Amino acid sequence: MRHGPGTKGMPLERAKNFRGTVRRLMEYLRPHGAALTVVCAVAVLSTLFSIVSPRILGRATTILFQGVMEKIQGVPGAAIDFASLGRILALLAGLYLVGAGFTYLQQYIMASVTQGTVYALREDINLKLAKLPLRYYDSTPHGDILSRVTNDVDMVSQTLQQGITQLVTSLVTVVGVFIMMLRISPSMTLVTMTMLPLSGLFSIMVVSRSQKFFAGQQRWLGELNGHVEEMYTGHAVVKAYGLEPTALEQFDDTNGQLYEHSWKAQFISGVTMPLVGLVGNLGYVAISVLGGLLVLRGQIAIGDIQAFIQYSRWFTMPITQVANILNMLQMAVAAAERVFELLDEAEEQADASDAQILERPSGGVDFKDVTFGYEPGKQVLKNVNIHAKPGQTIAIVGPTGAGKTTLVNLLMRFYDADQGEIKIDGQDITKITRGSLRKAFGMVLQDTWLFHGTIRENIAYGRAGATEAEIVAAARAAHADHFIRTLPDGYDTVLSEDGTNISQGQRQLLTIARAVLADPAVLILDEATSSVDTRTELLIQQGMAELMKDRTSFVIAHRLSTIQGADWILVVNNGEIVEQGTHAQLLNKGGFYADLYYSQFSGEAQSQAR
Amino acid sequence: MWKLARFLNPYRLSVGLVLAAVFFQALAELMLPNLMSQIVDEGIVPGNIALIWRVGGVMLVVALVGTVLAVGGSYLESRVSAAVGRDMRRAVFSRVQSFSMQEFSELGTASLITRTTNDVHQIQQVFLTLTRIAARGPMMAVGGIVMVLAKDTKLAAMLLAVLPILAAAIVLVARSVMPLFRQIQGKLDQLNRVVREQLTGVRVIRAFDRTSFEQARFRNANRELTATTLKVMRIMALLMPLLSLILNLTTVGLVWFGSKRIAVGEMALGDMMAFIQYAMHIMMSLVMMSMIFVMLPRAAASADRINEVLETEPLVQDPEKPTAAVRGPGVVEFDRVTFTYPGAEAPVLADISFTARPGEVTAIIGGTGAGKSTMINLIPRFFDPQSGSIRIDGVDIRTMSLSSLRERLGYVPQQAVLFSGTIASNIRAGRRDADDSELRAAAEVAQALKFILEKDGQFEAPISQGGTNVSGGQKQRLAIARAVVRQPDIYLLDDSFSALDYKTDANLRAALRQVARDKTVIVVAQRVSSILQADQILVLDSGRIVGKGTHGELLQSCPVYREIVASQLGGEETA
Repeated sequence: MRHGPGTKGMPLERAKNFRGTVRRLMEYLRPHGAALTVVCAVAVLSTLFSIVSPRILGRATTILFQGVMEKIQGVPGAAIDFASLGRILALLAGLYLVGAGFTYLQQYIMASVTQGTVYALREDINLKLAKLPLRYYDSTPHGDILSRVTNDVDMVSQTLQQGITQLVTSLVTVVGVFIMMLRISPSMTLVTMTMLPLSGLFSIMVVSRSQKFFAGQQRWLGELNGHVEEMYTGHAVVKAYGLEPTALEQFDDTNGQLYEHSWKAQFISGVTMPLVGLVGNLGYVAISVLGGLLVLRGQIAIGDIQAFIQYSRWFTMPITQVANILNMLQMAVAAAERVFELLDEAEEQADASDAQILERPSGGVDFKDVTFGYEPGKQVLKNVNIHAKPGQTIAIVGPTGAGKTTLVNLLMRFYDADQGEIKIDGQDITKITRGSLRKAFGMVLQDTWLFHGTIRENIAYGRAGATEAEIVAAARAAHADHFIRTLPDGYDTVLSEDGTNISQGQRQLLTIARAVLADPAVLILDEATSSVDTRTELLIQQGMAELMKDRTSFVIAHRLSTIQGADWILVVNNGEIVEQGTHAQLLNKGGFYADLYYSQFSGEAQSQAR
Repeated sequence: MWKLARFLNPYRLSVGLVLAAVFFQALAELMLPNLMSQIVDEGIVPGNIALIWRVGGVMLVVALVGTVLAVGGSYLESRVSAAVGRDMRRAVFSRVQSFSMQEFSELGTASLITRTTNDVHQIQQVFLTLTRIAARGPMMAVGGIVMVLAKDTKLAAMLLAVLPILAAAIVLVARSVMPLFRQIQGKLDQLNRVVREQLTGVRVIRAFDRTSFEQARFRNANRELTATTLKVMRIMALLMPLLSLILNLTTVGLVWFGSKRIAVGEMALGDMMAFIQYAMHIMMSLVMMSMIFVMLPRAAASADRINEVLETEPLVQDPEKPTAAVRGPGVVEFDRVTFTYPGAEAPVLADISFTARPGEVTAIIGGTGAGKSTMINLIPRFFDPQSGSIRIDGVDIRTMSLSSLRERLGYVPQQAVLFSGTIASNIRAGRRDADDSELRAAAEVAQALKFILEKDGQFEAPISQGGTNVSGGQKQRLAIARAVVRQPDIYLLDDSFSALDYKTDANLRAALRQVARDKTVIVVAQRVSSILQADQILVLDSGRIVGKGTHGELLQSCPVYREIVASQLGGEETA
C-alpha cells in the first residue's frame, strides 16, 4: 500500500541508520548535482518573488488610499495617481509571470531528477536480483522482496519529488516572511508570534490524544483482518458445519469496535485543522483591529495591513509543511534503507576467474561423497555417491520432498555442496562457469513456470536466438504443435498472468518444448502429471520419452515402467538417499526398496484373510 | 465507483448536514474579509475607533462560529465515513460467507481478504478526504460568488469571468493526467508482474541461463514506468504555477479596475481589499481540490474490486422450496456425475456412479489430481456438478436446504482447519449443544483426549489463529473430534490421517469404526495400506472410476490399481 497523505498520526517507522542512509541516497542524487543546484536556486528566487509581491500590492493599495483620503479632505486637484499605480501593477504582473515560470521550471527539472534517480535505483535492484543466491530467494518471503522493489522505491520517489523543493521553499518562506512582517510592523509581528505557540499547543494536544485512538484503530483493524483471514481460509469448514452465523456475529463485534475507534481517531485528527484555523483567524482579527488603530495613528500605511494579513496567513503554512516533510522524510529514509538492505545482500559467489566453459557436454554425472545441508548441522544429504554414464536414466523414488529439490539444487549449483565433489564429464562443476553448466541441463518440473508473453516467446526461452523453424520443430517434438495451432492466435497466443487460458497439461507440454529447444545434455524430469486429462497425459508421456532419447536423465519417477526400466534407482527417504542400484539389485538386497515394493503386495494376503 | 454511493443512503441526513456545515463554515471564512473591509471603510477612513473595536468583536464571533461549524462537520463526517466503512465491510464479508467454493476459487482467497479489508479501508479514507477537502472547493467558490455579488456586481462579473478559465485549466490538466495515472497503475502492475515472475521462476531462469533476458524485461518495464511517470509529473508541474498565475493576475486586474471604480466613487477601498482576499480563498480551495486527481484512480480500482464481490451471485444456493428434511439411514448415491472446474477444458470427474451404504467404508484412491477430493467436496455442495445427480436416501441434494444437508455430514478436510478460541470451542463447532461429556467422548475417539488433558487448561486451552500452537497431528485429531461430536449420518474423511503416526492411526481407525459402525463412511486415501479393509474401493484415474471392489478383487481385475499399488514406492507427491 502506498502511504498517502492520510498517514498522519500513524506510528512512524524510523530508519536504523538515518545518516548513513541519507548519505547513500545523496550518492544517487550526485549525477544530478547541476540540475539540483538550478532547482534550489530557482526555488529560492521564485519564493523571494512571491514574498515581495504582497508588499508591492500593498503599495498599490496605499496609493489608492492616499488618493481617496485627499479627495475626502478636499485637497485641490486630488486624484488617484494612476500612472504610478499602473507602473506598480505592471511590475507585479511581471513578477508573477516570472515567478510562475520559475516554479514550473523547478517542478519540471525536479520531475526529471526524481525519475532519473528512481530509475537508477530500480536498475540497481534489477542487476542485484540476478546476483542473489538461491538461498536468498528460498529464505525470503516473496512479498517482502516485491514490496521493496515497488512500495519502498515509490515512497522514496514521492518524497524526492515534493520533499526537497518544499523544504527549500518552506525555509526561505518562513525566514523571508518573518523579515517582511518585521519591516512592516514589529508590534503586529509580536501579535502574530504569540499566536504561533498557541496553534502549536493545540496541534500537540490533538495529536497526542488521537495517537491513542489511532493505535486502537490499528489494533482492531488487525483483529478484523485476522478474523477475515481465518474465516476465508477455513471457508470449507465454515460451510460444512454451518458456522456462518457465528462467524458473522464475531465479525460484527470486531467491526463495531473498529468503528468506535476509527471515527474517534478520525474526528480528533480532523479537529486539528479547524483549531489551527481558529488561531489563525484570531490573529487575523487582532491584526485587523490593531492595524486599523496603527493606521489611524499614522504609524503604518493602509496597504501594509493588507500585505501583513497575507503574510501572517502565509507564515503558519510553511511551518506545518516543514513538520509534514520531516515526517515524510523519516518514512522515505526508512524505505530507502529497506531498498539498500536488499542491495547489500550477500551475492552468489562469482565464477572463478579461471572457470572453464563447458562445451558440448556428453552428460556423465558423478557425485562423490557429497554432503549437504541447508542449515549448518542439519544434513540433508550424507556422503552421496552417484555415477551416471551419458545417456542413462536415473530414477529417483521414495516419499520425496527435500531430496528431489536438493539434487536439482546441487546439480545446477543453485547451492554448493558442503563436502565432496560433483563432476560433469569428469570436470568439477565448481570449476565451470555457472552459465555454461546450467545450459547443460534441462528441467521439466511439475511447477510449470511460464512467463506473461506469447507461446512463441515462451518456447524460445529455451535458447536465445532460436529460429521460427526450430521453435515449431521443438513444439512438434513435444507434441504441443497441434494444440497450439487450435488456439485462435496460434503461436502468438499470449499466456495470461494466472495461466488460465491454457490448461495445466498444455502448460506442461510447453515446458517440454522449451526443454527440447534447449537441447541439453542432462535432463531433470518430474513425471507427475497432475490435473491433466488422459489424452494430454499421453502426449506428455510421449513428449518426455522423445526428450529422454540419448540424454542422461534424472527422473522423479511415478510410474512402474520408468522405475523398472531405469538404469539406476535412487531411493530417497526422509531427504536422504537410503539405497541405490538397479531394480533387480535392490530387490535382491532385500532392504528398504524391497520392503516397500513387497509390502504393497502383501496386502493381498491380508484382505483375503478377512 | 458511484454504485457504492448507495452505502451513503442511510446517512443522507448526516451527509446533508456535513455539506451544510462545510458551506456555512466557508461563508464564515469569507465574512471575515468583508468585516475587515468595514473596518477600513467605516473605521479607518472616517477615523472611527469605536467602530473598529465593535467590528473586531463581530469578527471574533464569526471566527468562533466558523470553528464550531467545522468541528461539528468533522464530527459528523468522521462518524459517517467510519459507518460507511463498517457497513461496506459487513456487506462484503457476509456476501463472501454465502459464496460456494466455486466463487472462492474464481476470485482467490488472498484477493478476497484484501477486498474485505484494504479496499474498504481505502474507500473509507477517500470518502473522508472528499468531504473534508474536495467538497470545500466548490462550496468556497459558491459562497464567495454569493458574497461578491452582494458587494459589487460589476467587479464580481470580472471574478466570474475568471472562474471558467480556472475551471478550464483544472479540467484540462485533469483530463490529460487522469488517464496517465491509470496508465501508471498499469505499468506498476507490469513491473510487479515481471519481478514476481522472476521470484517464482528463479530456478528456470537460471537453469536456462536467461538472466540477461529477464534483466531486459525488467529494464523495459522500468523504462516505461519511468517515462509515464515523468510525463505525468511534468504536466502536474504545470498545474500549480498555472493556477497561481491565473489567481495573481486576477488580483492585479481587480486592483486596476477596482481603482478606476474607486476613483469615480462607485466603490469603497475596503471592498476592494476584501475582494482580493475572496479571490485568494476561492482559488486556494479549488487548488486543494486537485488533490483528488491522485486519489481517485486508486479509489476507483478499489471500488471496482468491491463491486465485483458484491455483484457475484453464489452458484450454490438454497432451493426455493426445499424438501422436508428426512433423516434416513444415509445412503449416498452418485448418478453419472460429471464436474468441470471453471475455466478448465477437461472435466475433473466424468460419469461417476456409485453407492455408499451405511455400515460400510467406501474408499477412494487414485493419483494426484485424479479428482478424489473433488468427489468428497461435491457432497456438501461446495460445488455443484454440471450433469448427473447426487442423492442421499434417494433425495437429490440440490432439493434439500443447505443446512439440512450439511447437518448430516461429518466433514474432515485434507488440511485440518482450526479457529482461534479454545479446544472446546473448536470441537463444539461440530454441534453447538454438545455437553462436556460428549466433547470428551469425541476427543477420546479421535485419540485427542490424552494430549488435551496434558495441556494447561485442558479443554479450555487456547487455540491461536489458524491453530498454529498445536502440531499437525493434533490439529487433525481435533478436526476429527469435531466431526465425531456432530454424530453425523455420513462421514467424509479427505485424507485426514496423513499427519498421524502408525499407532495413533490404527487406534483412531479402530475407535472410529466402533462409533461409525452403522454410518456411511467415505474416505479419500493416499496410502493403499490404509484402505486394505475397506468394503468398497473406488479407483479413480483422470476423473473416471476405473475399478470398484475390495482390495483383493481389484488386484485381480484392475491394472491401474495394481500400478498404483506398485508405484507407491515413489508415488507420494504430498510434499
